[in-house]
Amino acid sequence: MAWTRKDLLGLEDLSREEIELILTTAESFKQVSTREIKKVPALRGKTVVNLFYEPSTRTRVSFEVAAKRLSADVINIATETSSVKKGETLVDTGRNIEALKADIIVIRHNASGAAAVLSRHVNISVVNAGDGWHEHPTQALLDIFTLKEKLGKISGLNVSIVGDIAHSRVARSNIWGLTKLGAKVTVCAPKMLIPVAIEQMGVRVTENIDDALSCADAVNVLRMQFERDEENVFPKQLEYFKNFAITEERLKKAKKNIVVMHPGPINRGVEMSSEVADGANSVILEQVTNGIAVRMAVLFLVAQAKDKLKNHEDID
Amino acid sequence: MKEKAKLLDKDTLNRSLMRVAHEILEKNKGTKDLSLVGIRNRGVYLAKRLADYIGQIEKVRIPVGILDITLYRDDLTLIAAQPVVHKTEIDFDITDKNIVLVDDVLYTGRTIRAALDALVDLGRPKSIQLAVLVDRGHRELPIRAEYVGKNIPTSQNETVEVHLVEVDGSDEVVIVEKE
Amino acid sequence: MKILIKNGRLIDPACNLDGLRDLLVENGKISQVSNNIKADADKTIEAKAMIVMPGMVDMHVHLREPGREDKETIASGTRAALKGGVTSVLAMPNTLPAIDSVDNIRLLKDIIKKTAHANVLIAGSITKGRQGKELTDIAQLKDEGMVAISDDGSSVDNKELMLKALKDAKKHRVLVVCHCEDKALMNKGVVNLGIISTRLGLRGVSKESEYTRIKRDIELAEKADSPLHIAHLSCKESVELIAKAKKKGIKVTAETAPHYFSLTEEAVLGYDANMKVNPPLRTKEDASAIRGGLADGTIDAIASDHAPHTENEKDIEFERAEFGVIGLETMLAVSITELIQTGLLDWPGLVKKVVLNPAKILGINKGTLCVGSDADLIVVSPDKEWLVQKDGLVSKSKNSAFLGRRLKGVVEYTICNGRIAYPFINHT
Repeated sequence: MAWTRKDLLGLEDLSREEIELILTTAESFKQVSTREIKKVPALRGKTVVNLFYEPSTRTRVSFEVAAKRLSADVINIATETSSVKKGETLVDTGRNIEALKADIIVIRHNASGAAAVLSRHVNISVVNAGDGWHEHPTQALLDIFTLKEKLGKISGLNVSIVGDIAHSRVARSNIWGLTKLGAKVTVCAPKMLIPVAIEQMGVRVTENIDDALSCADAVNVLRMQFERDEENVFPKQLEYFKNFAITEERLKKAKKNIVVMHPGPINRGVEMSSEVADGANSVILEQVTNGIAVRMAVLFLVAQAKDKLKNHEDID
Repeated sequence: MKEKAKLLDKDTLNRSLMRVAHEILEKNKGTKDLSLVGIRNRGVYLAKRLADYIGQIEKVRIPVGILDITLYRDDLTLIAAQPVVHKTEIDFDITDKNIVLVDDVLYTGRTIRAALDALVDLGRPKSIQLAVLVDRGHRELPIRAEYVGKNIPTSQNETVEVHLVEVDGSDEVVIVEKE
Repeated sequence: MKILIKNGRLIDPACNLDGLRDLLVENGKISQVSNNIKADADKTIEAKAMIVMPGMVDMHVHLREPGREDKETIASGTRAALKGGVTSVLAMPNTLPAIDSVDNIRLLKDIIKKTAHANVLIAGSITKGRQGKELTDIAQLKDEGMVAISDDGSSVDNKELMLKALKDAKKHRVLVVCHCEDKALMNKGVVNLGIISTRLGLRGVSKESEYTRIKRDIELAEKADSPLHIAHLSCKESVELIAKAKKKGIKVTAETAPHYFSLTEEAVLGYDANMKVNPPLRTKEDASAIRGGLADGTIDAIASDHAPHTENEKDIEFERAEFGVIGLETMLAVSITELIQTGLLDWPGLVKKVVLNPAKILGINKGTLCVGSDADLIVVSPDKEWLVQKDGLVSKSKNSAFLGRRLKGVVEYTICNGRIAYPFINHT
């Protein structure tokens, strides 16, 4: 299995084998972070640009650490845009970054499909670090990596995703990744937060949290962004906690070793109680550690595929 | 690819390894602080065999580690097949040890250069020595092996292939011509 | 100028013509249609194995002038029309300013007079500034030559106002063209609501927002006993509503655009904003219902909904891109490829959709090859293939949904008002 993509835009496009290659590559990279010298020269001389149109500390930092552990140079560009504010277009920004002779753009954008649009206009690699409600592939990969590390496999597992599925790129990427690897996925949310026709993505839908937890080997709890409720479809915060939050009481009825994940940052007492967040089932901090290994693997694979394409072109 | 000649067979190959094992013990005056690190892929099996021979001679088991140098190569993009990143598995502290790096063929020296970089990122050994089954010449870097199973003068359009029972089903070293 | 077209297959359902004939154009009119015309022509066109049909009447075109000349002008848009085989267009009034007053219509008429290469018919807006608040003066605008009214791009939300508009339009014999969309149900959507919107993480537009408004407007048309034309049908339910209304005897007509019978929502995967149209591309089932509606006559006309936008407005984040695609240059070829080649329509059937019916609905004296009529006609190689490429498009904007597609059917000649208007003559 060889990696041939210059970009990572989403997990929907990837084959099972490609996802598995990223995961095994990440295993090797995880070791690097455990060493005294947490650095390998694999991307020495390469430049990674973190182009973030949305505020995000953890994903940006995780990519930055990953790039640096591969010896790449990292440039962070944080920019706020809105549809009203006229500024440089995404494509122009991308071409400018390319003109700087950067090698990889890691893009976070509030518009679904922004990474795909960018990748059509630049020849350098594009890694999607979250686009609108669409995908957040590296988050799902690190979730899956952590799950595999904890439970030894993905195939056959029951995984429930709880929270605002409709507006969640984390949910979508997890659904694609998990189902491709043979897990059975259940999504659980109030009706208004379940997107139309999502069953066609191969998931089971429930509005009952106890139902979602009852046979789950793992639960991925999404952050509830009450402040972003543009469509006025969110339930009240307290009501949400009462009906959907992951609490110790609810976990008592679940499998004893259920793995509890959260992409962070956690709203304690909203989607998850503090006891659960800090409890024995929680792998939240391990997810953060694994995020670096997964992102190292992704950066390494796309850089290499890109170089290979370039050499190929040179030969032609 | 056309096989030109068989340079070592099962017996000669293993005799060479046994001799190298003796030389390692002689130079290091025994097994104190001695560890072997095999370079993926075939260096790993050679290191294990050397450790076995040393064990037979000295009745001591010395540590053997596995080094993956993919991330340290300077020719990542030049090689035809995509390198698969494997784990480095060295579960002992290399600091203040006498490390013998083991590989199958010494050629340009670039693999060893990468291995040295990888190794020093893991700690600070007292010394690093190099053992290879075959030295075929054509060095591009100032690197020399302390222990050589067999020196084989070659031309650039030849390839030296080391086959080992563990991976290839037989022990032999052959020289083949690139077509 | 005399133009003789020889040996073509002449198709004109208006005079029941479908056969090999010669045709002579003289002084801007069609002067003779018969076998083996012998005439001393300035130009003789050999049309063997070609179709000769009336120039198309595209009743839904955005020429963007005045106001957005960066997207298209009357000049560039009518050149695109000629290349596509369209000799008459209905220019939609959502310009800057909107065509809502005598002054603005005069301004537009002046530009048309000076720069148009094809016949441009004028649609005025239903309400002033297309704001949906105050009706325009239909009588006055009609006197200035307006043939239809539409608030295209939006729908008049106020029911009473819409009813009054229909009644006024009837009185002054002006066609009402409705863009049916209930903004309240749009949910700021940019693609069809369904599995594709879910997969792409984009806001979806329900079909309801289209067909509930069609339902309302049909009811109003029935009440006003006024003709009503529904623009750009995109879904099954809309087709069903039109069919039902027609059966009931309500004077409703409908058009669809080539992208609704040839593309589905899946074309949006990949976030190509050249697939972003309003109403959105729908499901396979909907596209097939649209084709069914064309075949059984429920849908009267095919119109391009030619909507030019600059690259800066299209080649960006999908949700921020403008709605709409250009279509003048591809309408005929997409129709040939998707409707004729598939056997859904025969040639006379297609000519009805793109010529005869739109001319009838608009009440204009165009769209026929009968002797004595205006010489607007086209000569088409029906089987010739071409590749849709940006470079080949003459429209000022290149936002075609068919870029990269191979289509069948090439317009060889467009004769407009008795002159060979396409191929273009190089002015040097």
